[in-house]
Amino acid sequence: MTTARWNRKDLLGLRELSADEINLVLETADAFKQVGTREIKKVPALRGKTLVNFFIEPSTRTRTSFELAAFRLSADVINITASASSLSKGETLKDTAKILEANHVDIIVLRHSSAGAPQFLAERLRSSIINAGDGAHEHPTQGLLDTYTIREKKKRIEGLNVVIIGDILFSRVARSNIFALTKLGARVTVVGPSTLVPRDFEKLGVAVSYDIDKVLPTADVVNLLRIQHERQRKEYFPGVGEYIRLFGLTKERAKLLKPDCLIMHPGPINRGVEIDSEVADGNQSVILNQVTNGLAVRMAVLYLCGGIAT
Amino acid sequence: MMKTIIIRNGRIIDPANGRDEIGDLVIANGRIAEQSAIRDSKSAIAEIDAKGLIVAPGLIDMHVHLREPGFAHKETIASGARAAAAGGFTTVVCMPNTSPVADNPSTITWIKDRARDTASVNVLPTGAISKNLDGEELAPIASIVQSGVVAITDDGKCVQNHELMRRAVEYARMVGVPVLDHCQDYNLVGNGVVNEGEWSTLLGLSGWPAAGEEAMVMRSILLAELCDHHIHCQHISAAGSVRLIREARGRGVKISGEVCPHHVTLTDAAIQNFDTNCKMNPPLRTQRDIDAIIEGIADGTLTILCSDHAPHAGFEKEVEFDQAPFGIVGLETELGLFIDILVHQRKAISINRLIEMFTIEPAKLLKLDAGTLSIGAKADITLIDPGREWTVDVSKFESLSRNTPFHGWKLEGRAVRTIVRGETVWAL
Amino acid sequence: MNEKKKNSSPDKSILVMDAPAIQRALRRIAHEIIERNPDLNQIILAGIPSRGNEIARRIADIISTIEKIPVGVGTIDVAMHRDDVGIRTELPAVRASDLPLPLETKTVIIVDDVLFTGRTVRAAMDAITSFGRPARIQLAVLIDRGHRELPIRADYVGKNLPTAPDEKVRLRLGEDEEGVWLVKEDAT
Repeated sequence: MTTARWNRKDLLGLRELSADEINLVLETADAFKQVGTREIKKVPALRGKTLVNFFIEPSTRTRTSFELAAFRLSADVINITASASSLSKGETLKDTAKILEANHVDIIVLRHSSAGAPQFLAERLRSSIINAGDGAHEHPTQGLLDTYTIREKKKRIEGLNVVIIGDILFSRVARSNIFALTKLGARVTVVGPSTLVPRDFEKLGVAVSYDIDKVLPTADVVNLLRIQHERQRKEYFPGVGEYIRLFGLTKERAKLLKPDCLIMHPGPINRGVEIDSEVADGNQSVILNQVTNGLAVRMAVLYLCGGIAT
Repeated sequence: MMKTIIIRNGRIIDPANGRDEIGDLVIANGRIAEQSAIRDSKSAIAEIDAKGLIVAPGLIDMHVHLREPGFAHKETIASGARAAAAGGFTTVVCMPNTSPVADNPSTITWIKDRARDTASVNVLPTGAISKNLDGEELAPIASIVQSGVVAITDDGKCVQNHELMRRAVEYARMVGVPVLDHCQDYNLVGNGVVNEGEWSTLLGLSGWPAAGEEAMVMRSILLAELCDHHIHCQHISAAGSVRLIREARGRGVKISGEVCPHHVTLTDAAIQNFDTNCKMNPPLRTQRDIDAIIEGIADGTLTILCSDHAPHAGFEKEVEFDQAPFGIVGLETELGLFIDILVHQRKAISINRLIEMFTIEPAKLLKLDAGTLSIGAKADITLIDPGREWTVDVSKFESLSRNTPFHGWKLEGRAVRTIVRGETVWAL
Repeated sequence: MNEKKKNSSPDKSILVMDAPAIQRALRRIAHEIIERNPDLNQIILAGIPSRGNEIARRIADIISTIEKIPVGVGTIDVAMHRDDVGIRTELPAVRASDLPLPLETKTVIIVDDVLFTGRTVRAAMDAITSFGRPARIQLAVLIDRGHRELPIRADYVGKNLPTAPDEKVRLRLGEDEEGVWLVKEDAT
């Protein structure tokens, strides 16, 4: 058990967290995971606290998970989306957030297309700010729930070979995973087209590979990221067909994996693109465990950040 | 008014005349005068004690944004001139990206009139290369030049069409003004906001690669050669640009480059907390780039120092990083920063060379009647205390804007008095 | 250890229970539990971490030895049910609860080391009922030091220890030097 203490009002990213702090969140999540199995799936830990899900970028999965987590901690929740907020009327993020604070909101869960937006708010508000994804920067609760799921299934993180495949350059999920996993001693390899997996990632302490067939046989975990070939991605790779040929986790390629290798995906899945449908639903897949664990991890994060006196 | 002033016991550094000596400088009727003017003076003689100070020709900053007309909430010509005076500058060259754009004689005349009526220092406008800075068709360059600009530039933007740029340079040669180029290849830079490298990777911010500048520096070199006319590359930020300019100058190409203080004092690591006061265009780069730029300053590849003074209101900068405007204010910090880093810390150049880079170098490039203490020259003078320690404090800025990453920096060296046409317009 | 305490500890502590006294108290509690609960198959000794777990385990061992039957034990984490979350500057660590389910026919005996304000016990009852509706809940404590802030009393008490509010009760269990001390902090 870790002896780390938590004294953060915000969770902005995993880069600034110590290994002890990450372990503390994971251990706290262990406790909260069990709440979901109780007859009454609700504890009063955040009773009387108000949480705002402030999603300036659309998301159903993450927002729902935070909402459920808040409900289970007895917090009151409101959801604000981009179109419903005054941001669409030209109000600045700072002003919108100040309005929320003037309404005595205790916790703001922010999803925003701009990297650094959660830190921007955290520096200006007394409320707790939880980053639910900022641009291509970080998605700390996703990184934590992925780490939690690996730890739950493999009983450890240290020494594991974790392979992250796909659009690494634009992925906040990849970054948060890299920060958490490397701090806890995993060996991380990022794989994908060279345009989406620049060599600069080596400076983050991970290996960069363009040869998926070479890395799969030694992988303990394979985490697949959603591949999009729309608008600004057109210049980055020629098309989905070639992507699948080079980097898709097809049925054939999945045979290269060790039988106990975990297959993960943060969703939403493009079946038949980054992963074959059968592989996504196969017995190595822990995609649904990730969702369940996401709830526990988010309860832990809300409890830790929202529970201390501010 | 017939007024005589004597600046006593200063170290007079006048690169235009190869002068560096302790002595007295006499000003009569707003011009540098002979010592005999003291004897001939019929009115009272004012004395300024310059013991321990450098008496330099009034400094020139050839790259500032004064925001008027159009953005007076950021800066006015009057407030920008006060900031210039507080930074030791007697002449500033302002960029044309106002609203309306300075791409026509009437706007330029308006700026000149406004400067004459409200500015405490000399304000010299530039005109646009392309209409509305759109890079699509030439602005009426000859008319603009006749209305009184010292150069043409699309600064803030960059003409992407090489053919249009070529014609602009040829045209500028005909009318006798240099072309200033903000070197940025739009395709390579895309929506980049910070240097492409370790920190852009770490923070997930769109990268602005050094190659995006270097490609256009190369373009400018090729066109300067092709058209046999001077192109000046603005705010050089990348090591590769220095190398390209060095090689071209070695062959006698009419190319030059300028440096802003932030590109020799800060690396892209400064953006790690998403401070929008570290967001500039071109972006902060790496230590390797800083070292190459300082080397380029030391060996004479880069000849001009400037600020790229770019005021923005607090509310404009206090937004998400990728949505914030580029640029920082610089007039009131640049001299201190440059003396501190280039003369004191890195010992790359002498204070004499630094004064050259702020006086005769821009004066030569822009053909200005400024930057010298010759007898009869306009008495634009800056008194500098190169050893004075001070702390940057935005609350004391004359500029209307406060967007700087240097607040709280302790620096060695600054201007202590700024004299325009014999009048002290600012003193510490 | 005694010497170290003398040299470094500024407070004065009085030994109120030594190891044999603790063991006698637990044995007495075990006998009282046996007397009051005819069907011992239905009891669960639910310790509050971390000393409550140790005490629950010891009581269960004594009952098992006397009655020759296994006794259900569990853990009940109270941290997420506390009423002071958001007031404290430091958060209590949450741990998973572990109770044999279902609870419907069971008597859950909450076991803790010291009964003070009663707030922890209230949180424990809250936690237990979130797992189901036990037939009854009882409370066993090694020390009752008074100063209740809620209408709560223990069913089984090892020792009633009158204290002043500013005094502290220090426990050592399962260590070299087992015992209960009353500690009065020096007003320095």
